[in-house]
Amino acid sequence: MDRFVQLALSGIANGAILALVALGFVLIYKSSDVINFAQGELLLIGAYLTYAMVEQFGIWWPAGVVFAVILSAVIGVLIEQLVLRPMIGEPTISVIMVTIGLSSLLRAITGAIWGVTPRPAPQFLPTDTVTILGANVGVDRLWAFGLAIALFGILTLFFRYSREGIAMRAVADDQQAALSMGISVKKVWAVAWAIAAITATVGGILLMSIFGGVSGTIGRVGLLVFPVVILGGLDSIPGAIIGGLIIGLLQSFAGGYLPPEWGMGEVMPFIILLFILLVRPYGLFGQRIIERV
Amino acid sequence: MLTLNNIEVIYNDVVLVLKGLSLEVPAGRIVALLGSNGAGKSTTLKAISGLLKPENGEVTDGEILFQGQPIHKKDAAEIVRMGIFQVMEGRRVFEHLTVEENLRAGAYTQSGRHFAGDLTLVYDYFPRLKERRNQVAGFLSGGEQQMLAIGRALMAHPKLIMLDEPSLGLAPLLVAEIFEIIRRINREQGTTILLVEQNARLALEAAHYAYIMENGRIVLEGSPDDLKDNADVREFYLGLNEIGSRKSYREVKHYKRRKRWLS
Repeated sequence: MDRFVQLALSGIANGAILALVALGFVLIYKSSDVINFAQGELLLIGAYLTYAMVEQFGIWWPAGVVFAVILSAVIGVLIEQLVLRPMIGEPTISVIMVTIGLSSLLRAITGAIWGVTPRPAPQFLPTDTVTILGANVGVDRLWAFGLAIALFGILTLFFRYSREGIAMRAVADDQQAALSMGISVKKVWAVAWAIAAITATVGGILLMSIFGGVSGTIGRVGLLVFPVVILGGLDSIPGAIIGGLIIGLLQSFAGGYLPPEWGMGEVMPFIILLFILLVRPYGLFGQRIIERV
Repeated sequence: MLTLNNIEVIYNDVVLVLKGLSLEVPAGRIVALLGSNGAGKSTTLKAISGLLKPENGEVTDGEILFQGQPIHKKDAAEIVRMGIFQVMEGRRVFEHLTVEENLRAGAYTQSGRHFAGDLTLVYDYFPRLKERRNQVAGFLSGGEQQMLAIGRALMAHPKLIMLDEPSLGLAPLLVAEIFEIIRRINREQGTTILLVEQNARLALEAAHYAYIMENGRIVLEGSPDDLKDNADVREFYLGLNEIGSRKSYREVKHYKRRKRWLS
């Protein structure tokens, strides 16, 4: 029982981080139909920027985190303007190739600046453990979960009540109709990339704090975005959240209960990915067009 | 208020859709633009509202003036801010947004200060939307969606609303209701209306002035009464023969008649 609770809690915490990163992916896909293979690298850059702010420049860490988040949002917008804007109207496959290239480029840049050896990173979150239902759980995991949920809450309010949030959903629904009422589609894309970069950065910071270090491997989480969004539905925000939690839990249980030499923790998400693609390609919550009868 | 001078629209650099079209929409009026499928009516509206670019279309010649200012080089958002709002063909509501969120999207260019008042105004014109304010727009009936599309336009405080086939796919009773509301908006709000229709009878009832276009140019214009008396209009748009009774397809000779404006 302890083990179950422990695995469940750490799975949920990891899942929440995954969900954050996947959310950015979904936002970009929904608003501009771009499949962003560089989502993991946005996370990597965000984590390294935070590392640079706090460890290298010695800025007080809350301020450093805020700077890093703002800076990564700017980078997200720049990527959209410089790399994806010229690709408007090009075939999907070209856009995908561009984002794959972008991910290699960003990874190489972080390698060039910070090297490839892991760097010990500041641990912002408390590192002690608490006992919940007989299981020892790291407080940092609970924090990660709580922060992810808080960010989701803020984004939900943003999409439901703010002018820009509604405009983003309008663009996702019908781009031309949105254009016809003066909504700037370009602005919406920029906002989508900014939010994607921000959520990825927050995810990166949480991961960095949990692992106590930053290295290229953190960006691997980017790959896990695909099982999450395929499971949840490429264009569904609740899908990203629930898909993230499910994949996080599966990873945790598969890694904890199955023989470790199988490495199922790593493989399980991709087995799910294949399975979902076979039986339900639009995912759990993916949009099928509303049909009036 | 709105003047189109000899405009030419080309799609994909090769397809010439509008061939020197001119028309004039005076302030405070309802002007109807009639024509059959493919005549270029929707293209005309898109040329005005700046929506050609996403479809690879371009105004290559002539000019479009709105309140004396050329607008054919401006983008869609600027044109909406200047006071022109196009209600697109096929209603195009945001299906996954609620009715009220749709209206908020319509008010995107407005500062938000008038939002509550505008909302009341729209709900006054369309009480049915109020009943369904929190419902997802995709599940509204076709008539309600058309009302929502017009309501969305009202939220943007337009000086000119361009309606692209508001009667499309709706039951006759609903169409009558919607046209009545369009007339009321024109009368009470002083909003100028440019109405594109295939349903000539309805459009000529509502309009103060009408243009008929074919093959990318205007072939006939005049007051609705004049047009209703025109033999060609009666025959080809209202489906009446010379005597004024309904056209019968048993009269074998009807296909021999040529439209005079084409020769």
